[in-house]
Amino acid sequence: MDFYLAAILQGLCFVPMGLGIYLTMKIFNFPDITTDGSYTLGAVICALGLSHHVSLFVLIPLILSGGALAGSCTAIIHTKLKINALLAGILVMTALYSVNLTLLGRSNIPLLSYAGLFSSPLVQDSNCNMLLIVGMIVIVLIFLLSYLLRTDFGIAMRATGNNETMVRALGVNTSKIKWIGLAITNALVAFSGSLIAQFQGFADINMGIGVVISGLGSVMIAEAIIRILPTDKVWINLMMVIIGVVVFQLVLAFTLSVGVDSSLLKLFTSCFVLLIVALPQSNFLKSSLKR
Amino acid sequence: MLIINKVSKTFFPNKPNEIRALDDLSFAVSPGEFVSVVGANGSGKSTLQNLIAGTVQVDKGEISLNGELINQMADYQRSRWIARVFQNPLQGTAPELSILDNFRLASLRGKTKKFTIGINKAFKERVKEQVALLDMGLENKIHQPMGLLSGGQRQALTLLMTVMSDVKLLLLDEPTAALDPRSATRIMELANKLIGEYQLAVLFITHNMKEALGYGNRLIQMSHGRIKRDLPNEEKSRLKPQDLYEWFNED
Repeated sequence: MDFYLAAILQGLCFVPMGLGIYLTMKIFNFPDITTDGSYTLGAVICALGLSHHVSLFVLIPLILSGGALAGSCTAIIHTKLKINALLAGILVMTALYSVNLTLLGRSNIPLLSYAGLFSSPLVQDSNCNMLLIVGMIVIVLIFLLSYLLRTDFGIAMRATGNNETMVRALGVNTSKIKWIGLAITNALVAFSGSLIAQFQGFADINMGIGVVISGLGSVMIAEAIIRILPTDKVWINLMMVIIGVVVFQLVLAFTLSVGVDSSLLKLFTSCFVLLIVALPQSNFLKSSLKR
Repeated sequence: MLIINKVSKTFFPNKPNEIRALDDLSFAVSPGEFVSVVGANGSGKSTLQNLIAGTVQVDKGEISLNGELINQMADYQRSRWIARVFQNPLQGTAPELSILDNFRLASLRGKTKKFTIGINKAFKERVKEQVALLDMGLENKIHQPMGLLSGGQRQALTLLMTVMSDVKLLLLDEPTAALDPRSATRIMELANKLIGEYQLAVLFITHNMKEALGYGNRLIQMSHGRIKRDLPNEEKSRLKPQDLYEWFNED
């Protein structure tokens, strides 16, 4: 049972990242690849901060602005130099690998001996304590994001990925929207990276590989649920993203528990995401069912 | 008042495939003037609208609206005064957003989108009142996503959305070409009504000769990037569709 509780906890640590990917999906219609790099960047800044005993009140804004800066780079490359957003993301992600390695100084820093976000004891049991803290963070994020997306700016943001021609024809500078959107997304992703680093007790240079895929998978699960239960309430949509992230982690935990080799996990993740992305639009399945 | 002053536009200049889309074009449109623009494909009608809207920039000449020079502005800056309705009914609305959200965006045309929640009770009532004008029963569905509506309904809403803000000029680019005859008539009636009510200046591109004659109070025929004929309302009302067909054969 503890195994699944850990999966849920890990899932909750991934929630900021899931929400960020959800945001870029709304703005661009595809996930931002910078994610893989900014996730590790968040973990790296967190590791450096904790090992130098920087206060959390300084460290968290630092992590958020690190991510926002990475997102801004992608946004500038995309909107000013007119490079395809997917390619812009890949470029920044690749560059961030070197940045992360230089900052970290080596490939791995253990964090177990330092006090972090989860070391302030609210309740006795350490798992429950962590659940409480991550839960509170998630609630605050949902509240902030659902407010943002309901504002006039947020409506313009959601419309940009949907119909950019219309949004520009209505007098919105979509470059600015994309810039702010990517900054927020990558700030959230970096924050997720720092949560995971504290959760698993180390920051590693390779921890970001494939993160964007698990984020995409989570959002796809969320969209599948939203398609069944359509609603225009923003906060319900965001709640679905949380469910998506947690379900995704539980599925991965389940595959490990039935004895799938952990080195095959990324292969399994990709296949699983392929399945949930392909299912809703496959005529193949529908036509074969009819027959 | 829209003034087009000696505007030229050439695509692919000095190449074998050079296209002179507009050639030293000048004319003016006053508020309340509803101009039907006809002309063969490639005569420069759409380029003219793109230049006015700012999605394409002019090579030479000036465009001004209400005394302000606009040809240097970016498209999103001009859109404060200029609204467009396209041929494709899906182009004017965001499908995943609700009718209400779409109208909210339209009401903020050209204004800054603030980090405050703008949809309140009064705004919802205003949207319901506007949507009720269509008589399509959509006023009770303002929370539904746009994507669930038909092309005709979406085009009607797009048109209504243009008057949610203080627009001076309306560019209609074959707004009914993709609709069935009944929806098309409905859209044109609605346009006619809104244009009169809000005293808009309108450039209405169409390939439907009946529409070109049935609506509007001025008719322009374009040919090879120039204005070939420019008829005021009295002359226009004496024309028959056959006359227009003959014009096209002249080219």
